[in-house]
Amino acid sequence: MLKLYGHAVESRLLLGTALYPSPAIMADAVRAARCDIATVSLRRESGTARAGQDFWGFIRDLGIRVLPNTAGCHTVKEAVTTAQMAREVFGTPWVKLEVISDADTLQPDVFGLVEAARILTGDGFQVFPYCTEDLGVAERLVEAGCEVLMPWGAPIGSARGLNNVYGLRSLRAHFPDIPLIVDAGLGVPSHAAAAMELGYDAVLLNTAVAKAGDPVKMADAFARAVEAGRLAFEADPLEPRDMAAPSTPVLGKAFLE
Amino acid sequence: MSIIVNGKPHDLAPVSLAALLTDLGYGDAIVATALNGDFVPAEARGETAVADGDRVEILAPMQGG
Repeated sequence: MLKLYGHAVESRLLLGTALYPSPAIMADAVRAARCDIATVSLRRESGTARAGQDFWGFIRDLGIRVLPNTAGCHTVKEAVTTAQMAREVFGTPWVKLEVISDADTLQPDVFGLVEAARILTGDGFQVFPYCTEDLGVAERLVEAGCEVLMPWGAPIGSARGLNNVYGLRSLRAHFPDIPLIVDAGLGVPSHAAAAMELGYDAVLLNTAVAKAGDPVKMADAFARAVEAGRLAFEADPLEPRDMAAPSTPVLGKAFLE
Repeated sequence: MSIIVNGKPHDLAPVSLAALLTDLGYGDAIVATALNGDFVPAEARGETAVADGDRVEILAPMQGG
């Protein structure tokens, strides 16, 4: 069974809670995804409207574990302060650490990411860094105390799937024992299945489900794809080859010329 | 004195961050606070003074990906 910072996880699909047509559809999608972990965030709260309190009630009723993010943070200072605030509000040392470098691609600022990860792990956090597939950066994150890595498949919300299969495959081979989660950029269930077939431990997605025409049905589709991809990986799939190889036995074929 | 709360100026006269939260109606809401960019734990709000021009952030759970 997959363990993330010592916590056993049944489902290998982690789901985001943003962008759904309504809180009720979000809750139904989380249930349809059969996930154990959902990502959440922090935003400014009004003393009168209290939208955050209602949302938190929805999440608590779902009975799932939350993974707070530092989405939108562009500096180490912002990310560290946001993580500290999230730990108090959500009561978990887990944090999906995002330090963003570029507004167009939402690419991780890998320099800031490593620095923030080091500060947070030193402060007792269990960091899930949103990173690239760069091996050198991954090494630094592990040295900084990260026990899970979350490389992107493609830019957040882009629905492009796995942009760099070679890079992801290399990362998997380089870190056989560290839980690796493809985070971001997935669009359809086959992308999730492909990540799992590469031997990734889990996938994290949000937009592909939340912005689908039927988010609940899509959540179910992703859950099945993740399960199928994992089973396929465990079943040791065939390697591709260039030439055909007949599946029907040639031996015993009739001579009919 | 003028205090910037969640990006908006407020004319308030609280003595502490805890009093500011009460004045603005947060009551028992689940929120986290920061003063001038630094996290202030809940247990420290009572002894954390706010001054003219300070920036206070009050955050709560929200949807995230």
